[in-house]
Amino acid sequence: MLSIKNIHANIEGKEILKGINLDIKAGEVHAIMGPNGSGKSTLASVLAGREEYEVTEGEVTFLEKDLLELSTEDRAREGLFLAFQYPVEIPGVSTTNFIKAAVNEKRKYQGEEPLDAVAFLKMMKQKMALVEIDQSLLSRSINEGFSGGEKKRNEVFQMAMLEPKLAILDETDSGLDIDALRIVANGINKLRNENRAILLITHYQRLLDYIQPDFVHVLYNGKIVKSGTKELALELEERGYDFITDEADLAASL
Amino acid sequence: MNEDLNMLEQTALNDYKYGFVTDIDTDIIPKGLNEAVVELISKKKNEPEWMLNWRLKAYAHWLKMEEPTWPNVKYPPINYQDIIYYAAPKKKEQLNSLDEVDPELLRTFEKLGISLNEQKRLTGVAVDVVMDSVSIATSFKEQLAEIGVIFCSISEAIQKHPDLVKKYLGSVVPMTDNYFSALNSAVFTDGSFCYIPKGVRCPMELSTYFRINAENSGQFERTLIIAEEESYVSYLEGCTAPMRDENQLHAAVVELVAMKKAEIKYSTVQNWYPGDKDGQGGIYNFVTKRGMCQGDHSKISWTQVETGSAITWKYPSVILKGDHSIGEFYSVAFTNHHQQADTGTKMIHLGKNTRSRIVSKGISAGQSQNSYRGLVRAAKGATNARNYSQCDSLLLGDKCGAHTFPYIEVKNKTAIVEHEATTSKIGEDQLFYCRQRGIDAETAVALIVNGFAKEVMNQLPMEFAIEAQKLLAISMEGSVG
Repeated sequence: MLSIKNIHANIEGKEILKGINLDIKAGEVHAIMGPNGSGKSTLASVLAGREEYEVTEGEVTFLEKDLLELSTEDRAREGLFLAFQYPVEIPGVSTTNFIKAAVNEKRKYQGEEPLDAVAFLKMMKQKMALVEIDQSLLSRSINEGFSGGEKKRNEVFQMAMLEPKLAILDETDSGLDIDALRIVANGINKLRNENRAILLITHYQRLLDYIQPDFVHVLYNGKIVKSGTKELALELEERGYDFITDEADLAASL
Repeated sequence: MNEDLNMLEQTALNDYKYGFVTDIDTDIIPKGLNEAVVELISKKKNEPEWMLNWRLKAYAHWLKMEEPTWPNVKYPPINYQDIIYYAAPKKKEQLNSLDEVDPELLRTFEKLGISLNEQKRLTGVAVDVVMDSVSIATSFKEQLAEIGVIFCSISEAIQKHPDLVKKYLGSVVPMTDNYFSALNSAVFTDGSFCYIPKGVRCPMELSTYFRINAENSGQFERTLIIAEEESYVSYLEGCTAPMRDENQLHAAVVELVAMKKAEIKYSTVQNWYPGDKDGQGGIYNFVTKRGMCQGDHSKISWTQVETGSAITWKYPSVILKGDHSIGEFYSVAFTNHHQQADTGTKMIHLGKNTRSRIVSKGISAGQSQNSYRGLVRAAKGATNARNYSQCDSLLLGDKCGAHTFPYIEVKNKTAIVEHEATTSKIGEDQLFYCRQRGIDAETAVALIVNGFAKEVMNQLPMEFAIEAQKLLAISMEGSVG
């Protein structure tokens, strides 16, 4: 589904990603872990099409298309979803209206009729139950005055509504207490299926207690330095990032 | 059957002929302004002598006045001798089909969701007799007459209701008030007149839309609305459809009078030609709008959505004379390209326990300049007067400007005046968030701007609000990177 080959990316002339390779197939859940500043969020931004980042080398194929050739909005309409680490507030725009606009833009792109109010509300009711989100939250301005947990739950709700092929969750666990984390993780698990790929970006192992990944990769200094199965995450939890980063630093110095 | 058909054709023909006759009748007087011109306008309109004298007095005042220079707008000097002050309503050029209409205009119509028949009417394409909106307007008039509401042109009111006009014309905006109100008083050619009798709640929104169909209102419009005790009226001015107009200078005067416990809600959507992308052409809209809360517990509420005109200079105001009276001003002013707007309000608190609320949302794009200018005055006798003002500005891009000029004069110690102002920019983060959800940049900006203006939009009558929203989106086209 997603194939990343030797991606290098800069921001303001500084190289952050230094040759990333990653293949993700439909139905798989991959976790990308790594210390702060390793380039995890940059990878998410580059895939979603944030313009401040300049891709200097490499290629990305998404569903047989050249992802880097697509505009940000077309990537989304093709089925790439990014759950933001810091969801943005838009005053005066109700969450419901925002999501409706998003759903219908996607339908238009795919040559489908827009959903009318009744069909949309029906869909919303169904997905609300899935991620345990409250109706009252959805009539408020998007993310405005939301608590950290509400923002993340709203991100997962949007993911449910937009039914992406590939969902990238950027530190969705950060800033959540244990109850909120459980609710958010449950929502994500319910959205897991054989047609959908999920890329979890996280600093901590604790999210992986709730969402079992098929593969775990460690990102360090702009490169994937180690890949493995979910046991790798446990090992990291136990030994910290040092045992991998030291090894990588040593290799780099040779 | 055949005869019926003939009748129909005949009617259609008659309508057309009627229009044609008006056209022949169109006589334009020479450019320039002097006493003789004022006399001529009055004569053409068959006005009584008191009206002529009133005009002449205004003209004499105007001669002694100077054009204001304090607004934060720039334009070349206006040559008042180069303007034609009277032309009978011009008949629009008759077209045979929509194919002959400017495709750009049609595209705008489509976005506004205006019906085909309506498109034809607005662009001057010959229409069939079935949809003629004059008949709709007539049935409205009949319905209103039953409950005693007078809704007609000001010219008609001068003829048929001279006592009311004499009593109230110039009572809120004196002819000497300012340069443009003096000019308007001397040369106004038409406008609307509304009278709501005591205790009557006007059952429908009164809209100039129906009135203007029948008569073109011209560049110096004069509107007078009187709401008697315990009456209510909601008045809509303007039309969201793009109006092409050859008159560059518009100097209207609007006066509202609300008696005891009466309420007037006045909503405007202004969408005149703003000039092209390089700032060529466009309308100068220099308007004086003022309401008088004459009676106790009366209320006047102005709501405006301004997207048009090259230059806008207007301050819909309320004089809160009656005790416990309420004044409100809700405004969205959007400027793009080289547009300039200097707009706001004046709330003059005279009575006790009077309250006013100002919510102004300015949106600037392109190289435009958008200023809020507002005065809140609490006079000596305005015990316990309250005002709350909120002025928010939103900038699109970095070549435009937003300015706020709040003036506060408080002469009563018990009065409380609050003012809040914010300026924000549409952030890259907001745009990226929207685009990541599949919403393109242009739609995203429209969404964000409409969210910003929501509090004001909510004040508009439902259907008007939806149209105004679409209008904002259209005005914003091309304002994103």
